[in-house]
Amino acid sequence: MKFVPQDAFAGNTGYRLLPLRFRRLPWDDDRVLVTSMAGDWLIAQHKDFERVVEGKLDCTEPLFAEMEARHLIAADPNHSTLAPLLSQYRTRKSYLEHGPALHIFVVSLRCHHTCAYCQVSRQPVGNTIFDMSEATAAHAVERLFEWPAPTLTVEFQGGEPLLHFVRVRTLVEAIEQRNRSEGRTLRFVIASTLHDLTDEQLAFMRDHQFELSTSLDGPEWLHNANRPRPERDSYQRTIEGIERGRKALGEDAVSALTTLTRRSLEAPHEIIDEYRKLGFHSISLRPLSPYGFARKTEVRNGYPMADFLQFYEVALDHLLAINREGYFMEETYGRMLLSQLLTPFSHGYVDLRSPTGAGLGAVVYDYDGRVYPSDEARMLASMGDHAFALGRVDESVSAWLDSPAMQRVLAAGVAEALPTCADCAYVPLCGADPIDHYARQGDTIGHRPTSDFCRKQMGLFDLLLQRWEQGSATDQRILEDWALRATRRGIAREAEAA
Amino acid sequence: MNKLDAKVQLDGWAQPTLLKVATLPEFASGLFPLERMVLDLRDPKVRTAFPTFSRLPWAGFVVNDPEQAPAGRPWVAIPPETLNAQPGDVIEVVPETSKAALRYRRGANNNILFATERCNSFCLMCSQPPRDIADDWRISQICALAELIDKNEPSLTITGGEPTLLGSGLNRIIEHCANALPHTQLHVLSNGRNFGGGMLASSFTGLHPALMWGIPLYGHHYGLHDYVVQSKGAFAETMRGLYALEAAKQRIEIRVVLIKPVVEHLPALVRFLYRNLPFVEHVALMGTEPTGFARAHHDELWIDPADMSAVLADSVDYLTKRDMRVSLYNLPLCTLPRSLWPYARRSISDWKQHYLPACESCAVRERCGGLFAWVTPAWTSRALKPVLEGEEQCTSH
Repeated sequence: MKFVPQDAFAGNTGYRLLPLRFRRLPWDDDRVLVTSMAGDWLIAQHKDFERVVEGKLDCTEPLFAEMEARHLIAADPNHSTLAPLLSQYRTRKSYLEHGPALHIFVVSLRCHHTCAYCQVSRQPVGNTIFDMSEATAAHAVERLFEWPAPTLTVEFQGGEPLLHFVRVRTLVEAIEQRNRSEGRTLRFVIASTLHDLTDEQLAFMRDHQFELSTSLDGPEWLHNANRPRPERDSYQRTIEGIERGRKALGEDAVSALTTLTRRSLEAPHEIIDEYRKLGFHSISLRPLSPYGFARKTEVRNGYPMADFLQFYEVALDHLLAINREGYFMEETYGRMLLSQLLTPFSHGYVDLRSPTGAGLGAVVYDYDGRVYPSDEARMLASMGDHAFALGRVDESVSAWLDSPAMQRVLAAGVAEALPTCADCAYVPLCGADPIDHYARQGDTIGHRPTSDFCRKQMGLFDLLLQRWEQGSATDQRILEDWALRATRRGIAREAEAA
Repeated sequence: MNKLDAKVQLDGWAQPTLLKVATLPEFASGLFPLERMVLDLRDPKVRTAFPTFSRLPWAGFVVNDPEQAPAGRPWVAIPPETLNAQPGDVIEVVPETSKAALRYRRGANNNILFATERCNSFCLMCSQPPRDIADDWRISQICALAELIDKNEPSLTITGGEPTLLGSGLNRIIEHCANALPHTQLHVLSNGRNFGGGMLASSFTGLHPALMWGIPLYGHHYGLHDYVVQSKGAFAETMRGLYALEAAKQRIEIRVVLIKPVVEHLPALVRFLYRNLPFVEHVALMGTEPTGFARAHHDELWIDPADMSAVLADSVDYLTKRDMRVSLYNLPLCTLPRSLWPYARRSISDWKQHYLPACESCAVRERCGGLFAWVTPAWTSRALKPVLEGEEQCTSH
């Protein structure tokens, strides 16, 4: 038998660059993050990376094999294969496979709160013309099953959907009736303040395995300041609602989100500690969105994205400290970004996809029978701008997809093809949000150097990567744990409640 | 170590014949045709019942001594010291060479169906050096064998050589197993190279209810993998093959032999597995079997398991955290950190499983897979020593 030494298997020397992007690390000028088209990556010395680009890397250097294994370079094409890169790409983009899975039903715009940051322009409690009619609901159920997704998440939103619970009930019953022949996997979510929950409502939600999503902005003083009710008891009612929900549906059935006003930015520790006190293991820290009433009150409540990023950094370090103490708590947006950095998988979050999740991952059926590709699009509509209305529930799904609104969303919906994004090292892990850019900048394509969306993404990716890269072994484990849990859960929560 | 074949005395057989060794339960089960069974006259209960039984159309008889053989009927003499053939086993009698061989052993931990001696790789550590011979006759032999295997056999392994070199013959074997043994897990060990092109992978879709492919990968880039399997382009072919199997909805296990050049890059390999093949169901990290080509490459291949502890622990932890199931094969417990014991399997086939004198006093011998029978001092870990009573409880290493 005759065996051949390893160097004989190197193939022809030399290599080609595969599509790659890079970014000098903000915390270390000497090193760069290099990402592949599928979002695999490594961190290298800048001078070594320069040699890579110049074609001077030697195939015996360890970096050569590393760059090959992460699909940043391709050596001898007769011996190598692009199959793993293509597989990674398919895996990363697998959210495209089955069409929209998230279906938001706005059953009423009525609400008993008068939040200054309300994104949807809620209506007074007695104004029933802002309720979804029976006929609209019936059409919406027909349309829901025209989509091919094997799993359908049906999320009820408002206003306050509990104020029109009869519609929630008839929709659930009609959907389940229809599903007897369809055989899809159904998931029901309700985004609600949980105030004034009746036993009857809870029993119904328990019978249909609802998940509850509510708003909790922090400790009592902050929550009541952000979310005023005439009785000044929103916090107390929310806490009661959470407790009753947990009792009826199980501890894990209730999740909460925090909307951050300028007031909130001063209280990162207090907000997180409040969640811990209430036994939550998950928190969502969301900056204000420029929609609905939030736009009108921007001067009073708003803040620059840099302030949010500063807040987030303090919050992240506090969360890490809490986790180090042995109490598991994750931040949902950070978890999602980390899952993109640290796993090869796709994600269920509709606002950070490329191609965009608007219309491709989510559909919104509004109370008045209009249909939108995203919550943001209906928020714009509630401000009088119907630019992104896909059509009405009595029209077919294909008519919606053919609509000028959908074409407009798609034309700006591929991040890899957008100016500035196209060259960004984070783009394989990021997404396009044409409607957000339209809302903020008046243009679906947008201008990245002044884009708050981009500032937020870049800021958070940099922060999370730095904490992971420079963190202690314990901190690395905590952040990896967030990322791995996100993918283990399969499709995580997809939408954010108003 | 138990022998799998032996010279025997026999008579009345016209050609090589596969036979199920039968006593009363095998007869009573009614699952196998009498014409393909040999009645085991070594069994006292059978001897008692013999007068009634003898007239049935048995293929022949197993005896201890030729003098026990009934006149005018085929027989084979297998006294205990020749071959450990037990009721339920399948033996092959070969008249030209006067040999009997064990082809299936009831209750053994790892029964194999040997598909071919041919292979398209030439691995540095191959324990079964390939031969380029025409052995397609094995296809029908395996099918015949499958018919005589116990219906409640939990699992069988099809190995070689490279089984896909049988072409559609492999499909025939797998389909035949699905029909004859629908409850038996089938594990096919292939290098996966032939699945990359054409329709081969999809031809297995739905063919068998419990089929798993065991496919080796030795590096995170072609330079290393191709060297280990001594075949240019093999890495690319195997990777393409793995994706073709995934597309064909096949279950996949990745098998990694822990030779020195592979261990040196194991962290990069497990990362590569997670990033590129997260759909594989199981990863087996396996100690080297010191036979075949491996013996000739001791210096290039040998790394003492004691020197792998840290990298093995990290790799197992990495994969486990990512929901990729891992097992460790062919590594004695005393060479592994305690934290890895739950992953160690008694993987060495019982007939070639071996323990050293040092193992006599070991408290965990019953849980340990031991060593390959052909182990030599050069292939033995310096960490090999009996685990003492009480030590096995220690969970921190």
